[in-house]
Amino acid sequence: MTHRIEPGDRTVQINPLARVEGEGALRVELRDGTVRTVELDIFEPPRFFEALVRGRRGDEAPDITARICGICPVAYELSACAAVEDAFGVAVSPEIRALRRLLYCGEWIQSHALHVVLLHAPDFLGCEDAVQLAALDRAAVERGLRLKRIGNRIMEVVGGRAIHPVNVRVGGFYRAPPAAAVQALAEPLARAIEDALATVRWVAAFDFPDLEADYRFVGLRGDGAYPIEAGRIVSSDGLDLDARAFERRVVEEQVLRSTALHARLDGRLPYLTGPLARFALNHDLLDGPARTAATEAGLVAPCRNPFRSIVVRAVEIVAACVEALRLVDAYRPPDPAAVAVAPRAGTGCGATEAPRGLLLHRYDLDETGVIRSCRIVPPTSQNQLTIEDDLRRVVESGLHLGDRELGWRCEQAVRNHDPCISCAAHFLRLEVDRR
Amino acid sequence: MIPGGGWRPSVAVWKFASCDGCQLSLLDLEDELLALAGAVRVAHFTELSRADEGGPYDVSLVEGSITTPEDADRIGRVREASRVLVTIGACATAGGIQALRNFAVAGAYAPVVYAHPEYIASLATSTPIAAHVTVDVELHGCPVDRRQLLEVITALIAGRPPVVPGHSVCQECKARGTVCVLVAAGVPCLGPVTRAGCGALCPAVGRGCYGCFGPAESARPSPLTNRFIRLGVSRPDLQRLYRTFNAAAPAFRSEHLRHDPPD
Repeated sequence: MTHRIEPGDRTVQINPLARVEGEGALRVELRDGTVRTVELDIFEPPRFFEALVRGRRGDEAPDITARICGICPVAYELSACAAVEDAFGVAVSPEIRALRRLLYCGEWIQSHALHVVLLHAPDFLGCEDAVQLAALDRAAVERGLRLKRIGNRIMEVVGGRAIHPVNVRVGGFYRAPPAAAVQALAEPLARAIEDALATVRWVAAFDFPDLEADYRFVGLRGDGAYPIEAGRIVSSDGLDLDARAFERRVVEEQVLRSTALHARLDGRLPYLTGPLARFALNHDLLDGPARTAATEAGLVAPCRNPFRSIVVRAVEIVAACVEALRLVDAYRPPDPAAVAVAPRAGTGCGATEAPRGLLLHRYDLDETGVIRSCRIVPPTSQNQLTIEDDLRRVVESGLHLGDRELGWRCEQAVRNHDPCISCAAHFLRLEVDRR
Repeated sequence: MIPGGGWRPSVAVWKFASCDGCQLSLLDLEDELLALAGAVRVAHFTELSRADEGGPYDVSLVEGSITTPEDADRIGRVREASRVLVTIGACATAGGIQALRNFAVAGAYAPVVYAHPEYIASLATSTPIAAHVTVDVELHGCPVDRRQLLEVITALIAGRPPVVPGHSVCQECKARGTVCVLVAAGVPCLGPVTRAGCGALCPAVGRGCYGCFGPAESARPSPLTNRFIRLGVSRPDLQRLYRTFNAAAPAFRSEHLRHDPPD
């Protein structure tokens, strides 16, 4: 199944095992030593969320769309809330906004700790997984697990549950968590900042393949603070839009053999969202330990080496821990826990920063608040074309590598962007066919 | 089933149509994860590892529902390669949220999402694993509760039957001393007919249970529905209550179909 003829044409194909995984595949075609085509295909079985929410009430959207992703449910819940509130003309109180931001910090910490330590770091250290890595460096893995636990703990205290939190609603929360329960997060968060700083130092010392790309970065721009749950949508080439205007400019196209749509700006420009984009667009808003950690890790904005995204992600763990601690210290239970919501006909858009990038929801609702249509633009569909560009560069710069090394490097390059198919990427099998 | 004592069973984790949340529950066992990884051999777990030992497997944990022709074939091969097959979560045990397609006009969903639905190979229904192969243990929830998941795994390692209650959320609510939201506040709550396991999370935040663990054993929803009607819940809302994350579970399915508008 794999063979090698030098020099000449070569097809690098990473398939799910006999397609049994049904999630993702990578195929790279080389002709005369140059890459002709790169295709990252996603075979994740479609679940048709944009269809199944039709006829549901707008206030059901947060719970239903949370089920798109068990790793970033808060991103889906809060993008849905923002969009439905936009349609209904609802503004929530500063206390509710702060509590949402705290909940979202929890999700960033758990998702980033999972990805940095358990899923991505093993690539840099030649390990198949975090279990092998624990045999090599148990302290680093235990540190990551502690970070993950405090992230989950925040989600449990504020959201009622770590996976698919139950306390989020359009307008705010079902019940404001008691002050004592929130304040109990302060002490473990103070220790988590130390764990996060140690994690930055750990990943900053990894060897990074020498690769740079001139990305078009797109992400939220924070209003005085690093963007998580709100902001204007800006880009490295001058875009500055609200969610509604951005939604009109993003065109998604269906690609044969893939169940993930591919997004382009104005129907033609590929772009990148996620930690590299957030850092490029908001590095001046990092302060305190996060800013120091970024400087000491040698990060200079913009960071254009996708393999160094793991360092940016680790810095964002520091930022999220510091921010969570600040919000915990300043916590005043919102009263009421949710503002009144009166349905009305209209269209609303909402965008937030999921751990892996910008997540946009749009809902068209009728006068009773029932969803007539919906659009969800997840980070992975926005990043997919850029991931393919990365893979092209990885293959071009790695032609000297053997099949196994090149395949692994490609998997690692996919994981650089923490796509929702990163589990599929774990199981991509390299096929090299050089004719 | 599985002998205990010093032996490390091989464990595989499989994903079908799902959100990854139930397998993430395994990784959310932060305090037990490394000990667990020592007690079993992780033979196939793509969310965690690129390594793959190949079958046969002592235990397969299966997340997700069957929604494509390929997956209908694949679950058969997983079953053949597995001594014990455990389904985890609402998708695997009842078809999940994506089973809402079972109650829509066939083929109506794909064109909403895809410009070229003809290229999307998808079945008209989302079905639980047990509709395709024999299942040894079912663990419910959207997502599963990680303590219950740990109980199932440790029981299988020890060679004893797992203790997973089939009673309703009401008992968990009473155990934690939560005031009944249905009785005290008139909030529609599926707790009386929903399987325990979450720890009665929703009533604890003043919200009615929305049934994410599916029907309790011997659940009879219609008297509860009558109570909701007396509270003034509209017919479409009654239907939505039962037709969400476990819409295709038999006790919920028959109840929401009862409230279908006449054609």
